[in-house]
Amino acid sequence: MDNLLATLNLVTCFPLLGVLVLVLLPKGRETAMRWTALVTSLVTFGLSLLMLVQFQSSNPDLQLVVRVPWIQVAGWNIDYFLGVDGLSILLVLLTTLLTPISLVSTWDAIQERVKEFLVFFLLLEVGMVGVFLAQDLFLFYIFWEFTLVPMYFLIGIWGGERRMYAAIKFFLYTMAGSILMLLAILWLGINGGSFSVPDLIAQGGIPANIQMWLFLAFAAAFAIKVPMWPLHSWLPDAHVEAPTAGSVILAGVLLKMGTYGFLRFNIPLFPQAAVQAAPWVALLGVIGILYGAAVSYPQRDIKKLVAYSSVSHLGFVMLGLFALNEQGVQGSLLQMVNHGISTGALFLIVGMIYERRHTRAMDAFGGLWKVMPVYAVLTLIVTLSSMGLPGLNGFVGEFAILLGAFGSETLGSALFASFGALGVILAAIYMLQMFQKMFLGPLDKSENEGLADLNWREVATLAPLLVLIFWIGLYPKPFFDLMGPSVDKVLAIVQTAAVALP
Amino acid sequence: MSQDLLATLPLLVVLSSAILLTLVDLVIPADRKGWTALLAALGLLAALVVSLGNLGTQQQAFGGMLAVDGFSAFLNIVFLLAGIVGIGLAYDYLRRMELLHGEYYILLLFSISGMMLMAQAADLIVVFLALELLSIPLYVLSGFASPRRESQESAMKYFLLGAFASGFLVYGIALVYGATGSSGLREIVTALAQAGSATPMLMMGVTMILVGLGFKVAAVPFHMWIPDVYHGAPSPIVGFMSVGAKAGGFAALLRVFIAAFPSLAGAWGPLAMWLAAITMTWGNVAAIAQRNIKRMLAYSSIAHAGYILMALPAAADPAVAGDAVGAALFYLLAYALTNLGAWGVVVALERREGQGLAIEDYAGLAERRPGLALAMVVFMLSLTGLPPTAGFIGKFYLFRAVLQADLVWLAIVGVVTSLVSAYYYLRVVIVMYMQPGEPEVRSEAWLNGSVAITALATLIFGLLPAPLFALASQAGLLAFLP
Repeated sequence: MDNLLATLNLVTCFPLLGVLVLVLLPKGRETAMRWTALVTSLVTFGLSLLMLVQFQSSNPDLQLVVRVPWIQVAGWNIDYFLGVDGLSILLVLLTTLLTPISLVSTWDAIQERVKEFLVFFLLLEVGMVGVFLAQDLFLFYIFWEFTLVPMYFLIGIWGGERRMYAAIKFFLYTMAGSILMLLAILWLGINGGSFSVPDLIAQGGIPANIQMWLFLAFAAAFAIKVPMWPLHSWLPDAHVEAPTAGSVILAGVLLKMGTYGFLRFNIPLFPQAAVQAAPWVALLGVIGILYGAAVSYPQRDIKKLVAYSSVSHLGFVMLGLFALNEQGVQGSLLQMVNHGISTGALFLIVGMIYERRHTRAMDAFGGLWKVMPVYAVLTLIVTLSSMGLPGLNGFVGEFAILLGAFGSETLGSALFASFGALGVILAAIYMLQMFQKMFLGPLDKSENEGLADLNWREVATLAPLLVLIFWIGLYPKPFFDLMGPSVDKVLAIVQTAAVALP
Repeated sequence: MSQDLLATLPLLVVLSSAILLTLVDLVIPADRKGWTALLAALGLLAALVVSLGNLGTQQQAFGGMLAVDGFSAFLNIVFLLAGIVGIGLAYDYLRRMELLHGEYYILLLFSISGMMLMAQAADLIVVFLALELLSIPLYVLSGFASPRRESQESAMKYFLLGAFASGFLVYGIALVYGATGSSGLREIVTALAQAGSATPMLMMGVTMILVGLGFKVAAVPFHMWIPDVYHGAPSPIVGFMSVGAKAGGFAALLRVFIAAFPSLAGAWGPLAMWLAAITMTWGNVAAIAQRNIKRMLAYSSIAHAGYILMALPAAADPAVAGDAVGAALFYLLAYALTNLGAWGVVVALERREGQGLAIEDYAGLAERRPGLALAMVVFMLSLTGLPPTAGFIGKFYLFRAVLQADLVWLAIVGVVTSLVSAYYYLRVVIVMYMQPGEPEVRSEAWLNGSVAITALATLIFGLLPAPLFALASQAGLLAFLP
């Protein structure tokens, strides 16, 4: 019984209780449904804070472990195995924080099929938290694939005009990557005798030539999810068509599942292959940074701009991860959180103006500062955070990543960091250009004159994110402290493996 | 003798129910045919209970002609479940299509007894007998909607090609008999061990048996009859047939090749491997183009035959054989539950004169009947092989056996074709959830119950497969005759 009510079980499964209540609520009680979902997600957030309290940041190992034999017959050795460590705790918190925020943001925007929307949203939360907590490859795969289904419905039912195309493209792209990972997982399970990630890492000993294949199979799944250039083409479609809350979760959490996968599985399970592949992955990361920035600039649709900027930001994360040193990996992990906060906020901001004007074309606006001052100031802060202004969160992550990439022995060249740094400048150009077009200049469109400024609900959705933007920007130490020991542990594995390389 | 009868009790229960029901049905008035359905279902249920007791046993009956073991018991459960659900799907359908004849249920029972005999066959002659007992009632059932043209066409095609396939099988059996001097599976093993090398006559026979059974399980290139037959036959019978007849074919395929011809695995292994690869690929690719749900599910059933066929080349490796058979059995059960449920949804939407069968007719189902649409989502996900469904676990198990046998490329073909299949299965989901429409749907207790139970079972076995795994793998190990 203790086991059943373990903290991690509760964090993962509590939303299911909300789903159950939602299913039982009769049609027509939309407000009650919204409150049910919101309260559920807030309780889940509270439970994740409980997890944070119980977490010992000095301990690099998995904590609060729940491990129950699940399928232990016929040579199968599968456990229901949850655990949290420095690699995942921030991402779990990010997930449980963004979910209630997204739910509040949809309060007025979603009027059709409310019950289904909320059910899918809570199911999505279960899947996302499960992905970050699962420590058994089989369980992980189940959660990983499971996130696809609710997101597919969120895009496909409540999305924009080309929603069906975007939904199926999202589904097929992601599934294409994960089927190869499935075979690699099976290989590990057959040859390692277990699907438990810590056990497999401890065993090690995968022959070098096979390591590379397995690395590639896992990388296929994660690189599509990140998305790394050139596998990114599903992302703009999915983002543009998804409803606001879907975009927030997609950018804020789902993309992180890819980068997290590299850190949790690819690097420690196949350390030699990771060292060998590092320059190539970093190269793709740098191309992603520059490509994403270059494509963002000419976009006239704000949402598309934000979507492409994600390709650029996630390029930074990949560059930092495969610098394979402390600054790089820590910076990447923090940047995952930063991107979730900043880009999540940006999508919320885009959603707010879209609800008012039903357009996202940059040219339809101009001089908004005069009619919507609160909105303008908040947007400015988020924009600056996203482009990495010192004192705000984006700077800390990007700086650490570039520092790591400069000093990386694995990458062996400062060129990666040099070209990557260009991305910071480009981000300033395209972000500020967007801000200028929307908010500065004369208020020359008559439709914009009567726009109402943000209401308290909208401010409330952005407020927690703004607090974090400043907090991480000014005093990031607590965040680094949480992840430090676990990151060191992964890097120690990589170093041992690198020594063995010819 | 009494021991023989006791061992084959499940089969006898079904067979005697069929015979008794033939007589009882005569006194049941035409507007009370629900009783026939109920009695048939009870007969199957009784056999199911008895079968469960046979799961762990391993014995012979009738002088070694029949093998009563975990393998046959597991498959019997699949057949009986398919039969019970098949009755649940049929009752309301037959009434509303004005096909209400009690013979439907009686023929169903006869066909099931053929399937059960097939799973227990330890002699090639019994395999043939069982195949005919299985098939002939199905030929009749395909034409049950006569005088509808499509139904008649379906029955005719099924009969002609089925007879053709039987011809192959009999010829193959004759050649194997000629080469080894016996038709018993055990005796064949002994004869092959003494003979040492394989003669051309033997190889010819083995190949012909593979072809004959390939027709029955609908492996490409022996699949051409499937789309037309499935399209024309009444939907409930197609649901039953696509599960039961396929499982019956695989029962014979697995048993004969693994128990009797393991020494020839070097020859039939690669053959089966190519057959599996081509079947998966063609079934899935052709399904993309279908606009009619029955034809789509027909091609999907071809594709799934390809997946299950992967177990055969994997089983060619003796170290993996037990696991491969276990995986095939698990997959057959998972597929049975999923596919029967999916056909249940088809039955609910089909209207007279073949209306309501286009995939577009499913538009708006999610709003009209949320529960039914959700069940269909579960079935489609399970057919695609996505968690948390039984279909995923089945594929996971199968792919493991394939990888254990070092057939990496076959596994890659398997997963890539699964990706292809996602496209057309998801299209059904898209239409149900994302396109507006006013579908006409039947709601009836037996039908709803069948769909709900299969959907729940698909989910439960997707999350808690361990007990079933244990049964299947144990049954897999028992496929080798003592």
